[in-house]
Amino acid sequence: MSPAAYVFLAVILFGIGGVGVLVRRNAIVIFMCVELMLNACNLAFVAFARMHGNLDGQVVAFFVMVVAAAEVVVGLAILMAIYRARKSASVDDANLLKY
Amino acid sequence: MTHILANGGAHGTNLDPIYDQCLFWILAVLSVSAAVTMICVRQAVHCAIMLAIVMLSLAVMYAQQGAPFLAFVQIIVYTGAVLMLFLFVMMLIGVTSADSLVETIRGQRVWAGLAGLAFVVLLIVGVGHASIGTAHVPTAANSTGNLTGIATLIFTTYVFPFEATSALLITAALGAMVLAHRERTEPKLTQREVARRKIASRQVAPEPPPGVYALHNAVDMPALLPDGSTTDRSVSRAITQRDLDLGRDPRLEVTADLEAEDRIDAERQIESAARGRPAGLGQQEGRVQ
Repeated sequence: MSPAAYVFLAVILFGIGGVGVLVRRNAIVIFMCVELMLNACNLAFVAFARMHGNLDGQVVAFFVMVVAAAEVVVGLAILMAIYRARKSASVDDANLLKY
Repeated sequence: MTHILANGGAHGTNLDPIYDQCLFWILAVLSVSAAVTMICVRQAVHCAIMLAIVMLSLAVMYAQQGAPFLAFVQIIVYTGAVLMLFLFVMMLIGVTSADSLVETIRGQRVWAGLAGLAFVVLLIVGVGHASIGTAHVPTAANSTGNLTGIATLIFTTYVFPFEATSALLITAALGAMVLAHRERTEPKLTQREVARRKIASRQVAPEPPPGVYALHNAVDMPALLPDGSTTDRSVSRAITQRDLDLGRDPRLEVTADLEAEDRIDAERQIESAARGRPAGLGQQEGRVQ
């Protein structure tokens, strides 16, 4: 398959992840959708690396994976702190800054 | 196998074009349908399973595109570590925390779907206009193998971002420790205090395990106490809640089981009476209710 097909697939997965972030209320699921978006970006990076015939894209995808792992660790810790304070993982309940 | 994977082949992949296309379409349909299911199902655990499917198919796609190192990192780091972390937090927060179906902003889902669709169309048109060529023959960077090439790049061209990554990881670990840490607001219970509370609660022994009945010995069956009564404390609240969510009576199976046991007892009595001898030794002498 040509790299373009992979890029189109990455675009579709990215869009699905974005819709998930907008639609879902559970913070864990929102995090999962963000992970899906990052994965889609990685797929595009790998496809571009193959298109150019070098490895720079793969190295960037590797860095994205590292950053995503760090992001998940901190994000889930924040989530647990919020859950302890409010007994809920729903993003609608964390509204103290609203008024 | 690693060598064949790492070799890459002429177009960055070592598969026949027809296999390549078949694999791509199977994986594309699989990953997109799993992603759509992921944003549609209510339970967070089901979302995690769907995300695992997406990640695994992406890993195969990396291997297909001559990136075997990333394929294994994807499986080990993403599917192995990140997703397990999600599941751990899900267990801490509670598996029962399903999404509510009530829309807090009216028409939010429709508009979010439309916005997502418009965004995808925008990107597809943009990507379609860009000139994405066919796969190049791997250059000198790939000549010594995928892993060696990536290592060379990381430790030469990208050595500064790589060092910054270490700072990022340390910061993330510290941040997680600080955020997940909880200060002790009351003194730790002494052994004497623990014993006093146990005696006061009239439950000196450990909590009863799930019970064993005539037909069931599953975890959703309450334990049978020595006096013949049942206790609900041995059943996880999540299971009772699930029964209620599904519109089932949590006690229904218990009563059905008790009736079934009584029936079996009665049949045994009849059977032994027909044989002309008293009931066997192992039989219960009726339950104390």
